[in-house]
Amino acid sequence: MTSARRKSYGVKGAPYAFLLPATVLFTLFFALPIGYAIWLSLHKVQVKGLGLGSGARQEVWAGLENYTDALSDSEFLDGALRVLGYGAIVVPVMLGLALVLALMLDSEKVRLAPFTRLAIFLPYAVPGVVAALLWGFLYLPDVSPFYFVLDRLGLPQPDLLDGGGLYAALSNIAVWGGTGFNMIVIYTSLQAIPAEVYEAAKLDGATPLQIALRVKIPMVTPSLVLTFFFSIIATLQVFSEPTTLKPLTNSVSTTWSPLMKVYVDAFGKGDIHGAAAGAVVIALVTLVVSFGFLRAANSRNKRDVSQGAAG
Amino acid sequence: MSSLAVRKTAPAAGTTPGTAQGPPLRRRIALVPTLTLLLGALYCLLPVAWVVIAATKSGSELFSTFTFLPGTGFTDNLSDLNAYREGVYWQWMGNSALYAGVGALLSTAVSAISGYALAIYRFKGREAVFSVLMAGVLMPPVILAIPQYLLLAKADLADTYGAVLLPLVLSPYGVYLARIYAAAAVPADVVEAGRMDGASEWRIFTRIALPMMVPGLVTVFLFQFVAVWNNFLLPFIMLSDDEKFPITLGLYTLLEQGSNTPALYTLVITGALLAVLPLIALFLVVQRFWSLDLLSGAVKS
Repeated sequence: MTSARRKSYGVKGAPYAFLLPATVLFTLFFALPIGYAIWLSLHKVQVKGLGLGSGARQEVWAGLENYTDALSDSEFLDGALRVLGYGAIVVPVMLGLALVLALMLDSEKVRLAPFTRLAIFLPYAVPGVVAALLWGFLYLPDVSPFYFVLDRLGLPQPDLLDGGGLYAALSNIAVWGGTGFNMIVIYTSLQAIPAEVYEAAKLDGATPLQIALRVKIPMVTPSLVLTFFFSIIATLQVFSEPTTLKPLTNSVSTTWSPLMKVYVDAFGKGDIHGAAAGAVVIALVTLVVSFGFLRAANSRNKRDVSQGAAG
Repeated sequence: MSSLAVRKTAPAAGTTPGTAQGPPLRRRIALVPTLTLLLGALYCLLPVAWVVIAATKSGSELFSTFTFLPGTGFTDNLSDLNAYREGVYWQWMGNSALYAGVGALLSTAVSAISGYALAIYRFKGREAVFSVLMAGVLMPPVILAIPQYLLLAKADLADTYGAVLLPLVLSPYGVYLARIYAAAAVPADVVEAGRMDGASEWRIFTRIALPMMVPGLVTVFLFQFVAVWNNFLLPFIMLSDDEKFPITLGLYTLLEQGSNTPALYTLVITGALLAVLPLIALFLVVQRFWSLDLLSGAVKS
């Protein structure tokens, strides 16, 4: 790659040459796997005779059979319901907290802002597996300070690793891990609001709360929409947190979330065709839900968001 | 630290911050926001504080003494962890550093050159290429990881270092950040001046544009470093040889064995503490010259 040779491409060829690595990687690690997953999901293994000898197992066209199997599988559907319930807790709580904290950081005369901002952002540096592991121990009655306090106060002690408590426990891990990052995203767009906007509202006698509700929140709507969008995508694919809690409790099954079920199908049962169909279904649902949200949220100010997304 | 800073402002009102409510104080310090943020910080630091203390406890102290009472077993835990399967823990840490370091470096390089090309040049298909790359960010890792494994297995590359490294090199988010950063930081007339001087496009990129893009690329590197360091699904699917495990997968297998042998719990806890220290240290060090704001793509022009 001498400069002389590079020159022969000229200005016209340069961008294509510069984009070559990304294109090759995209083809190999995005396009090809997606295509292969779709191909697998439409095929199945047919065993001839006793299934012995070479050529006895053949991949044949299955049409939508794997999909109807996946969609009529009660384990898969139960997992989907669990994850929807989990997401219905995580997304609003996490982003609500992130918004409130970002507004607090942005308010005037707040103390210790740099310290608290860093502390709240800190969980971002903690891997999901380690976060689940730390909280998992904090949920164990013998170890947990919560049970100690509840015990001293003579209050009832809920089981955080079973039934409804498990949803709260798992949601808490995701909220803890994700609030700081989203807070920073929202805080950044709060900082971008020109000061004149506040001055005008202040002159009109608006209280800080009114400014927050009527000026700040509407102006950061695009970044709120984006954080919602990415949170939905992440939540529907929850995997490492319930997988990590599994060794600590019997109530997290190996198929707790649909993605865990896909993993078991592929590597536990060796049914890669069924697993591929499950993965495609999760991907489609994720895209439909997240884009559905994006459309619904932006039917009015679609422009703002596409500008926000493009910088 | 927190009480010190609050006390500095409080004596003016002559009361402790907890009971002060009059307007004179409120004008000087916004009480509700400060307290809310402190509560948030407390919540976020709680598990970290716990693991620091729990790592000092011996196996019996862990389940018998009060949670936040330090124990006496830290050095024993540490030597147990060192001794566990001839120091496989440090192998996992080394693997994580390798995956995250090399992966983030490659990823930053690809992001830089792609983002630069997309920001600076006007060419046919530019927006199409960008849209297709961005679609990658929306692809759930699940639909990718399993076929990636099957394809890499066919190429005899599953269960290798490359199987965890290569799929993460192209980061759509990194390309996106590099593009907006290049657009803001590299002026078109500088590129044009380079051309007038007869520099090749490659030379303009490496000698002129790249240095201007460094602050943005630091963000891309750190973002990708954290993403790879924290990744669990991909190594979980790709690897079966535990000598190649990253720390997340290693700790998970330790925890899993711990459900049969509770003695391993102290190892898991000590291991978890040591596993979060490098990233926390990294953040504390780089935050001086790294603006968190860049994570969301904000560019000061």
